[in-house]
Amino acid sequence: MSQSNTFTLDGKTIPYNEGQTIIQAAMAAGVYIPHLCFNPEFKPHGSCKLCTVKANGRQTASCTQHPAPGMVVESDTIEINDERRALLQMLFVEGNHFCPSCEKSGNCQLQATAYEMKMMSPHFDQFFPDRMLDASHPEYLLDFNRCILCSLCVRASRDVDGKNVFALSGRGIKSHLIVNAKSGRLADTDFSGDDKAAHVCPVGVILKKRVGFTIPIGQRSFDEQPISATPHPQGACPVGPRSNTATLPPHPTVKGG
Amino acid sequence: MVSPIDTHAAYLNPILSVHRHNANDLLQILIKAQEHYGYIHSDAIDHLSSQLQLPRSKIEGVAGFYSFIYLQPQGCYRVLFSDNITDRMLGNMDLMESLCSQLWVEPGKISEDGLLSVNTTSCTGLCDQGPAMQVNNIAINRLSQSRVNAICELIRERVPLSAWPVEFFAIEDNIRRPDVLLDSQFKSGSALHALLQHGTVETLQQIKTSKLRGRGGAGFSTGMKWEFCREAEGEQHYVVCNADEGEPGTFKDRVLLNGYADMVFEGMTLCARIIGAKKGFLYLRGEYRYLLEHLQAVLQHRRHQNLLGNNILGNSDFNFDIVIHLGAGAYICGEESALIESLEGKRGTPRNRPPFPVTHGYLNQPTVVNNVETFAASCLISLHGGEWYAAIGTDTSSGTKILSVSGDCERPGLYEYPFGVTVAQVLTDCGAVNTQAVQISGPSGVCIAPDEFNRCIAFEDIPTAGAFMVFDQSRDMFEVARNFVHFFKHESCGFCTPCRVGTSLLSNMMDKLSAGHGSPYDFAEIEKLNVLLQSTSHCGLGHSACNPVLNTIAKFRPAYDKRLAHKDFVPAFDLDVALSQARQMTGRDDTGAHLERSHESK
Ligand SMILES: Cc1cc2nc3c(=O)[nH]c(=O)nc-3n(C[C@H](O)[C@H](O)[C@H](O)COP(=O)(O)O)c2cc1C
Ligand code: SF4
Ligand code: SF4
Ligand code: FES
Repeated sequence: MSQSNTFTLDGKTIPYNEGQTIIQAAMAAGVYIPHLCFNPEFKPHGSCKLCTVKANGRQTASCTQHPAPGMVVESDTIEINDERRALLQMLFVEGNHFCPSCEKSGNCQLQATAYEMKMMSPHFDQFFPDRMLDASHPEYLLDFNRCILCSLCVRASRDVDGKNVFALSGRGIKSHLIVNAKSGRLADTDFSGDDKAAHVCPVGVILKKRVGFTIPIGQRSFDEQPISATPHPQGACPVGPRSNTATLPPHPTVKGG
Repeated sequence: MVSPIDTHAAYLNPILSVHRHNANDLLQILIKAQEHYGYIHSDAIDHLSSQLQLPRSKIEGVAGFYSFIYLQPQGCYRVLFSDNITDRMLGNMDLMESLCSQLWVEPGKISEDGLLSVNTTSCTGLCDQGPAMQVNNIAINRLSQSRVNAICELIRERVPLSAWPVEFFAIEDNIRRPDVLLDSQFKSGSALHALLQHGTVETLQQIKTSKLRGRGGAGFSTGMKWEFCREAEGEQHYVVCNADEGEPGTFKDRVLLNGYADMVFEGMTLCARIIGAKKGFLYLRGEYRYLLEHLQAVLQHRRHQNLLGNNILGNSDFNFDIVIHLGAGAYICGEESALIESLEGKRGTPRNRPPFPVTHGYLNQPTVVNNVETFAASCLISLHGGEWYAAIGTDTSSGTKILSVSGDCERPGLYEYPFGVTVAQVLTDCGAVNTQAVQISGPSGVCIAPDEFNRCIAFEDIPTAGAFMVFDQSRDMFEVARNFVHFFKHESCGFCTPCRVGTSLLSNMMDKLSAGHGSPYDFAEIEKLNVLLQSTSHCGLGHSACNPVLNTIAKFRPAYDKRLAHKDFVPAFDLDVALSQARQMTGRDDTGAHLERSHESK
């Protein structure tokens, strides 16, 4: 399809194709917009709201919003980044994120986005929910304490693996991930380490056993480069470094209590 | 021996065949399965999974979304106390406590003998005759101590619900001020005859001329909606009547469905003819389950009158019928795209929009979703013309609006007024005295103080879906706001981060203020949350979730100030409370076993 249309993102002209959403066009042009539930390989979901931008003055999720010719989009502004930080803080207090002891630390998109947004504290009172650990599967571990309900594993299992291993249940603050087994245990599903769903979790829920900490913390993806400059973890859509990327702040205090 | 799965197959198979093994009807199948078995047994899910060819995770995901679907055993009697602020004002909490202590059960739990379970539920739409409850999803009104005592006795004696005194279930209409709609003496078929006489194009024009706007809250032009849908391309077009009526304090659709169902169904049929639909749905909130048989009977009667079904009134190209789908305790399913998801048997999560239902609704086909009252009003326009209707009300808000009045007043019930009526007029008519505040359009609406009582009910001033809750001087407006905030927390669908987490944060903050640990710092925090929820939430629920608190802080500040024990920030985490377990274990409760701070506040 022809690239006849453009919009501006923080003043920069971005071309787009029919059917692309704002974040897709931005990524293709090498511009980073913070996001968690979006992954270029999957249909946008629009739930985490980290990718919120102002499009012609109205706030909207850039992963689901289609651009219009000449649309003026603002993303990297103090106002919007403040809001993104608050959303991240919400996600941190909603679950149990003890980053220093988490196997995903350094490869975690939640943590890396929190650095990017200069989040220094969880700000809100922690919920400390009671959540389960499922170690039933011989090769994979599920630590629900860290689930941010992005539904990427749900989409991957359903749309790519054709399996429906994962689904969301509950409602509101009681929403939670379930697996497709009467026992409720991963071992009793047809989940396999070769599944796409085994490799899409942006945080540390779906973890391969016995490889923990083989790459030491400090030498992982987001330890080397900030998330805004890191090719997308799934590698499908490289993004260039953001011009004004600041040096990394100290580790945010995201451990609870 | 009967295998466990056969036990479930026995009652599930007839249900499945009624629904033609259609996975889109999953929620309806679950509701009926539960009416048989009391809850959704794990073996029943196995059977449904194989018969509907749905993964078990999907069935559990759907079941887990709805408050009235249970995956665990419940009591034989499932008792739910309606917990709107109006129920609270009428003493529902004391009554629940009384019932619980008489029957040895705790709220939120099942009694040890499995006889009953007790809990609260969001407003059940009987605010004009509360306090109300639902027993096994059937509504009971006007709870009093003696009625509760009688209910305890009936439960203890295991009397089946069908043998309980009929007066417990005598839901009243309480129509106090009828106007053109409630007074219309509508003759079934008359609006359809008018349409067939004038033609669809002309009738659509009349709807547009009437300037009728949706009565469900948003106020979109009904004529335009129908026209967009008529012009949208699709294999099928659908008409959906939104009878979810979940906004606390709203109960006018309940009365319309009880006394004016013919008119509502006829409005849907007009719409069907205009947009070219063959199938319609009425999405009836689970709390109105008691109306189902009555509504089915009205539909059946209309079929006999040839007002539904094939060749309607002798027109070979006019075929339309209506199916009733039940909700199962989820306010968010009143939002039109969540409603459509629910109609499709899914979790009631609002869709990404655009596209809108008029082009991509039920099964992605062009769909009109309108409120119950909107459809009823369309019959009047078909009968009397657009000009006639537009002359009623104000310039930008034509016609009448039915208000559901409840709270502190002599005569709670339904009041129909031409748009433009003042709040003061309504207060006078319903016999409200010493009024401190009126909450208009429910928790998502606005809270009005006496200096604003000269304002009007109209889209251009105070728009409303119908709720009108009155609070006199004796009421604590902080508790009103706190009740509403708990409502939003309970009803957030959980899809998007700001609303899922934000409504919990907000309700924790209100509880903290209530416990006397608040400071002015928390007000600033609430303001910030509000901005965040308004700008980033996915749907209207999140957008309006902070309204009750902001409104009451702005207008009833003393109710908050008296709870501010501290000038400076105090964390919500109370160390002394945290020590209570240790005190219990050591059997100590002396001064030394307490921290200083909570001592002072005792
Ligand atoms: C959270 C939420 C709840 C809603 N609940 C209802 C409802 O119970 N009944 C209703 O008619 N509309 C409700 N609406 C509005 C519907 O989305 C929709 O606008 C309406 O049904 C359209 O019909 P109308 O044009 O006739 O008003 C709700 C909207 C939101 C955001
Ligand atoms: S497990 Fe991971 S991928 Fe799945 S919903 Fe939770 S955070 Fe998202
Ligand atoms: S705003 Fe609330 S109710 Fe609406 S989609 Fe988000 S979580 Fe669900
Ligand atoms: S990335 Fe757009 S809402 Fe999550």
